[in-house]
Amino acid sequence: MLERRQVLIPLVVLAMLIVVNMVKGLDYFSVDIVNGALYGNIPNILFGASELVIISIGMTLVTSASGGQDISVGMSATIASAAFIQVLANIGNQSVLGVFVSFLACCAVGALLGLFNGTLVAVFRIQPMVATLILFTAGRSIAFLIDGKVSPNLRNPITAQLGGVIPGVPIQTPIILTALVICIVALVFKFTNLKLYTQSVGINEKAAKLNGIDPVKIKILAFVILGICCAIAGFISVCKNGRHDSVNLLKLIEMDAILAVAIGGNALSGGKFNMAGAIIGAFTIEILNRTLLRYGVSPDAIKAVKAIFIIFLMAASSPVVVNQFNKLKERVSRKFIQAPERTCGPNMEGQ
Amino acid sequence: MKKIFVLAIAIALVLSLAACSGGGGSDAPATEDATTTEETAADGAADTAADTAGEAIKVGIVNLPPEESGYRQANVEDMNDVFSSANGYDMKQTNTADNSEQIAAAEGYIRDGVDYLLISAANATGWDGVLTSAKEAGVKVFLFDRTIETDESNYQAALVSDMYAEGTTAVEWLLNQGLDEYNVILIRGQVGSAAELGRSEAVTKAEDAGDLKIVADGTGGDSWSSDEARKVVEAAITGGTKFNVIYAENDGMAQGAVAALDAAGISHGKDGDVVIMGFDFNRFALREVQAGNWNYDGQCNPRQASQIAEWIQAMESGGDAPTGTQYLDEVGLDTATITEDDITNKGINEDPGQIS
Repeated sequence: MLERRQVLIPLVVLAMLIVVNMVKGLDYFSVDIVNGALYGNIPNILFGASELVIISIGMTLVTSASGGQDISVGMSATIASAAFIQVLANIGNQSVLGVFVSFLACCAVGALLGLFNGTLVAVFRIQPMVATLILFTAGRSIAFLIDGKVSPNLRNPITAQLGGVIPGVPIQTPIILTALVICIVALVFKFTNLKLYTQSVGINEKAAKLNGIDPVKIKILAFVILGICCAIAGFISVCKNGRHDSVNLLKLIEMDAILAVAIGGNALSGGKFNMAGAIIGAFTIEILNRTLLRYGVSPDAIKAVKAIFIIFLMAASSPVVVNQFNKLKERVSRKFIQAPERTCGPNMEGQ
Repeated sequence: MKKIFVLAIAIALVLSLAACSGGGGSDAPATEDATTTEETAADGAADTAADTAGEAIKVGIVNLPPEESGYRQANVEDMNDVFSSANGYDMKQTNTADNSEQIAAAEGYIRDGVDYLLISAANATGWDGVLTSAKEAGVKVFLFDRTIETDESNYQAALVSDMYAEGTTAVEWLLNQGLDEYNVILIRGQVGSAAELGRSEAVTKAEDAGDLKIVADGTGGDSWSSDEARKVVEAAITGGTKFNVIYAENDGMAQGAVAALDAAGISHGKDGDVVIMGFDFNRFALREVQAGNWNYDGQCNPRQASQIAEWIQAMESGGDAPTGTQYLDEVGLDTATITEDDITNKGINEDPGQIS
C-alpha cells in the first residue's frame, strides 16, 4: 500500500507536466527520424535525463542506507571522467577495446571515490553531507589537475557514437546505456538481498546488526555503487560533449539528484526506498526544466518558477497534506454513501 | 586485522587530504620554477631588465586559483611568464578564491616591502584597508581582470575586459552578415556574472534598436553548462521556433547548442542555415571556426601581464602610468579572418588540432 502511494504521487505529477506541455502544442509526442535515430521531445528528455537518472539510482541507495545524502556526486563524476580521458589518451588507440578498458578505469576511480566517502560515513561515523563535503570542495580542483590544467578534447569516433548515435541503431546511445543500468539494478534487486539489507540498515541499524547484517559493509557498498553510478554518468557526459570541462561538467547535479529521490516519495532520513519513484522523479525534473524552456519562461524567473513548483510538489506529497486529504475523502464519502449500513461502514474503513 | 584496516584507511585519508591542499595552494611550485630559471637565465636578464640598479623589481600578485577556469589558467601562466626572474622581477604570488585569504596575502606582501601589488579580487568589497596601507607604504597597486568597489584614487589603474564591448563587437559583426532577418537564440551564461551581463546587454540593446529579434532566451542558470545550452536549443527546435543565429555566451555553451543542431540534422556554420557565435577563444572553438563549423568567436583576453609590465617599466624609468579603469583590446574572429597564429597565441585551453 505504502509503495503504491509512493509511486502514485510522482506519476500524477509527471502526468500533470505532460498535460501542461500538450496545452502548449499537441505535437508534443511527435517523433521524427533524424540521422537514423528517433528525434523529438520524448527522445530528447530520455537523452538529457540519462546522467541524472543514473546518479539518482545510486543516491537512493545511499539515502536509504545512511540516512543522508552524498553532495559530491557531480565531483565524483568529474574526477572519474577525467581519469577516463587520461587513460584513453595514454592507451592512444581508438578501438572499442581501448574505450572499454578506459571505461573500466573510470568505474574503478568512481568506486574508489565511493569507498572513500563510504569509509568516512560508515567507519568514522561522519554525517554523510559533511563527509562528502571534502570531495565537494576539492573535487573539481582534483579533476582539473588530472586534466593537466586544460580542458582536454575527446576526438574519438567511438565515444562520439556512445554519446550520440551508433549507425544502424535507431535510439541514441545514452538512452540505451541508461536503460541498461536500470535493468542491471533491477536484476540485482531481484536476485540478491541488497534491497532488503540496505533497507534494514536504514530502518534500524542495531536490529540489522543483531540479525547478522553488517551495517558498515552495507553502507560502504551503497557508496561504492553510487560512485560507480557517478562514473557512468560522467562517462556519458564526456561522450556527449566531446570535451572535459572540469568546471561545468554536471554542475549542481547533486541538488537535482537529491530532489529526484525526494520526489520519488523516499524519506531523506533513510529506510524504506522506492527505486522506481526516484527514477520517475529524475525524469520529472528533466521534464520540468524543459517545460519551462518550452513556455519561454525568462531566465530571471526560471529559478523562481521551478522553486514554486517544487514547494507545491513537496507540500502535496507531505504526510500532513496526505492525511488531511484522506480525512476529507472519508468525510465526503460518508456524507454521500451514508445511512443504511452506518453501523458497519466506518468500522470497515477503519480496518 | 580490523585495526590494520582502519589504520590503512586513516593513512589513505591523510594522504589524500595532503594532495588536496597541495592542489589548492599552487603558489609553491610557481616559486620553485622561478628559482630554477633564475640561474639559467641570469645573463639574459641583463638586457631585458630595465631596472638601472640591477636589482629585481619586487612584485606581489594576488590572483584566483587556476582551476577556476581555462581563462584563469592562461591568466596565471601569463603572469608567470611575464613577471619571471629572467625579465628582472622578484615575483611572489598567491592564488586563492577566498577573499579573506587574498587580503591576508596582500597585507603580507605589503609588509615584505614589494614595489608593486597586482590584485584580481575574489570579492569586489572589503579591500579598502589593504589599499590604504599599500598607499601609506608607497606600494603601487594594479587591479587586473576584476575591479574593486573603492575610490579610484586608492589604486593606480585597473586593467579589465570590457564584456559589453565584447558583446557589441560580436553584434556588430553579426549585423554585417547581410542576413534577411536575424532571429537569435540567446544563450546566457551564469546569470548575474559580469560576462553574462555585458554580453547579454549588447544583444538586448540591439533588439531594442530593432536590429535583431531574440526568439528564445535561455541560460545555464548557475553554470556555463553545455548541457543546459543544448536543452535551450532543443526546446526551440521541437517548439517550432524559427531561428537562424545562435549567440552563446561562451564556447562550451556554443558547443552544446551545436550538438543539439547536429542531432536534429540542422546545418550550421559557414554555408549552413544557422550562424554560430561563441566567446572566450578556447582553442577547440577556434578550430571549429577555422573549419567553418562555427562562424564567429569573441575574445576574452586573459593576458594582462605584458600591458601591466609595460606600465611598471614606464614608472620605473620615471614616467607615468595611466590611472583609473583601462580596457584590454579584444577582437572577434570569423571564418575569413582566423589564422593559425591566432589559435596558437590568443587561444586558451588544449588545442585539439586542425579538424580534417
